[in-house]
Amino acid sequence: MNRVHLRFLSLADNVGLARVSVAALAGQGRFSLSDIEEIKVAVSEAVSNAIIHGYQRRTDGWVELDLELDDAGLTIVVEDWGVGIEDIEQARQPSYSGDPERMGLGFVFMESFMHGLEVESTLGQGTRVQMRRLANVSGELSRDAQ
Amino acid sequence: MTIMHSIQDHQVRVVLKGDLDLKTADPLREALDKLCERYRDRNIVLDLAEVDFIDSSGLGVILGRYRRLESQGRTISLAGVKASVRTVLELAGIDSIITIVEAGRGRFEAPASK
Repeated sequence: MNRVHLRFLSLADNVGLARVSVAALAGQGRFSLSDIEEIKVAVSEAVSNAIIHGYQRRTDGWVELDLELDDAGLTIVVEDWGVGIEDIEQARQPSYSGDPERMGLGFVFMESFMHGLEVESTLGQGTRVQMRRLANVSGELSRDAQ
Repeated sequence: MTIMHSIQDHQVRVVLKGDLDLKTADPLREALDKLCERYRDRNIVLDLAEVDFIDSSGLGVILGRYRRLESQGRTISLAGVKASVRTVLELAGIDSIITIVEAGRGRFEAPASK
């Protein structure tokens, strides 16, 4: 059992910081390298959403990352105090994006690469995304073999 | 992120090194748009052999350039795609839109010695 709490500004540079932090913690658990790559994508999407949508690219907002690793898996919470999401179900649909250069796949990747996704949001107050990735024994073996 | 390009035959080969995410999306978009403008009669090949990570921000840049080039009768293709990156491309369905050159094909050859 291990827990990590990070609080960082809504800077694009911090997306990578969040990824590296999660990967380091996941490396302590029963995850294969490919598992960890998928977890990194999910975290990258959640933190990017907080910066782009939550804070609308403002760089003075706070993003919090809570990680909890146990024998059964890894729980990740990404929270911002930005503008919030008006319609969560719509936001979770593929190709939903206010930006033509973005693909609206953020939540799709989170759902596909994780084993559970919960989104809570209040307009004007912020958004909380909780994801869980279950551990696997084969992953531990393959990691030990590295 | 490091972005380098060379001209090979009728293609502009762009070698990327680093992660393709929110931080690198804007400079990558700007660099590719400049290359698209500068070499108006050439197709683009993105060499991803040294890219270990991509998320939807990076995919958006690639897809945006694909759409732009396609409207001009040009193409963009991907080369040297690693397994971790390919997983994301496949989930997004990019692999059914954009040609992915298999490893070892379309690579630069050493210039002939004089």
